[in-house]
Amino acid sequence: MSDIKLEKLDDNRWLVPQTGDMRVPGIIYANERIYPLLKGDESARQVANVAHLPGIVKYSLAMPDVHWGYGFPIGGVAAFEMDSGIISPGGVGYDINCGCRLMSTSLTLQDIKTRLGDLTTALYQHIPSGVGSTGSVKLSGKDQKKVLEEGAAWAVKAGFGLHEDLETTEDGGAIAGADPEQVSDRALERGKQQLGTLGSGNHFLEVEVVQEIFDEEAAKAFGLYKGQIAVMIHTGSRGLGYQICDDYLALMVKHMQETKIVVPDRQLACAYLESRRGKNYLAAMACGANYAWANRQILMHRTREVFEKTLRMSPREVNMRLVYDVCHNIAKIESFMIGGVMKKLCIHRKGATRAFPAGHEALPERYRKVGQPVLIPGDMGTGSYVLVGQEKAMEETFGSACHGAGRVMSRSQAIKSSRGRSIARELSESGVLVMAGSKGTLNEEMPEAYKNVEDVVQVMHDAGIAKKVAKLKSVACIKG
Amino acid sequence: MSNYTFFNHTADIGVEITGRTAKTLFVNAAYALFDVMIEGKTGRAAKREKKIIVEGTDISDLMMNFLRELLYLFNGEQFVMESCEMIQFTHKTLQARLAGESLQSNRHLVKTEIKAVTYSGLKVEKTQTGWSVRVIFDV
Repeated sequence: MSDIKLEKLDDNRWLVPQTGDMRVPGIIYANERIYPLLKGDESARQVANVAHLPGIVKYSLAMPDVHWGYGFPIGGVAAFEMDSGIISPGGVGYDINCGCRLMSTSLTLQDIKTRLGDLTTALYQHIPSGVGSTGSVKLSGKDQKKVLEEGAAWAVKAGFGLHEDLETTEDGGAIAGADPEQVSDRALERGKQQLGTLGSGNHFLEVEVVQEIFDEEAAKAFGLYKGQIAVMIHTGSRGLGYQICDDYLALMVKHMQETKIVVPDRQLACAYLESRRGKNYLAAMACGANYAWANRQILMHRTREVFEKTLRMSPREVNMRLVYDVCHNIAKIESFMIGGVMKKLCIHRKGATRAFPAGHEALPERYRKVGQPVLIPGDMGTGSYVLVGQEKAMEETFGSACHGAGRVMSRSQAIKSSRGRSIARELSESGVLVMAGSKGTLNEEMPEAYKNVEDVVQVMHDAGIAKKVAKLKSVACIKG
Repeated sequence: MSNYTFFNHTADIGVEITGRTAKTLFVNAAYALFDVMIEGKTGRAAKREKKIIVEGTDISDLMMNFLRELLYLFNGEQFVMESCEMIQFTHKTLQARLAGESLQSNRHLVKTEIKAVTYSGLKVEKTQTGWSVRVIFDV
């Protein structure tokens, strides 16, 4: 464990005291069940490291799914002043705009029960997954530029989905300011091959059933009800995003000395938001983010096609609608009330989800009364949660909540503890049909490797950051 | 004997690599990277050759840039390295000749997709018995 002594603030928050060159203190969201898990790794140290960065506002935050990352902890949130603050590619992560997309349907488990095997096989066949998988969408240079500039809207224009899908995508599926000129040839090359692919590791597509509703009003607004079939997709910007992050991180490491910013870990390399390098990174990051939105939009379209074809149903019968699409690896320019004044800040969310409350102008009309859906995938066996953002998130967490269960076991520990077991069979016995490209991935992603998503979500709920709306249980899962 | 071991890291893969000299450390690191990613190499003659030149501000930065370059060759050009020979090596620059082949699904099993080599804690160090480095791969 790190040598940091945490101080309990209340039932759901722990303080990382400001020491040494930290500019602000840190706050970790955790209850008595999560707290012991913080002792197992270096995430508290990483929360403290982020607090060293110039222009950081109020505190360095970690959500209850926090775990040891590189540079920033995963589950980390930090806001920076526009004029004196920094942007850090490592604070966004390699998988720029990694995120989740939840689609509702008009089907119940009964409707698909006998066809679930066929449906899962068809999804596995038509949703390219696995390491180095290439997509069915081949991009010309001109088209790729448009993808980077327009994001999900490009995909809809190209015939992948409906215009209404864009309404319920964070930022309408595109961040402004994307400039393909700031993206390297290497990144572009990698991106050409991979649009419309799921990838590997913790990325997945899951067929889920709504198991429990906690908040009827919000559930109704989101179009969710008990017994309903839904689909969750978790993926991001693939090789294009990884390469953008890698390119800019190397560039910023190289120039750290001249910027005179001292960081406790090279992975925190950064540039001032006002500098040319900082601006270029933001423009390249926006390209990565937009590519990721186009990617999830295409995958959603493919999923619609597979459902309709396999179940021999019309689009109206399946009625697959986008509940919401959120990113959880991103830096955003957003406005918050700081000391009574509305201020534009650069919010880094690395493994954290935006969680805006009711009334926020960034929300689509139909959610404005209840708040933004916050999508929290759990491990393969447990399923997912849908929460709704609350006002307190604006006061305490720069409009952010957790993004998942968060790992507790390293991949090698998971592989060791899965030795001699069939994770696929165990999951199948618990009612989850799994198809994965590699047994290794399945073992690494075994349910015990993650924190209990219910504990993580409960912290957000009890702290008043995001309230529970619905719990979904997975019935089928495809992975790379 | 294996020249690398895994250390526990919650989200990613941590590898500690050793070498008798700094130069062998780099060669061993290259093999470790591909070992983590690929299984089932064939004994057939390698068909592709590459020569790379890498620079760094110090030996740790050089290691970082060397591994980044190899990872790009795999991810961007589907180049599976089978051997690595150092033609020139100082602590700030290196030239290496790589032999390998193109990734083929019937010959190579990709075990792990490495998104990136991270700077987190990466430090090349001289030990009592030689050289070592701890690297965290983002997966």
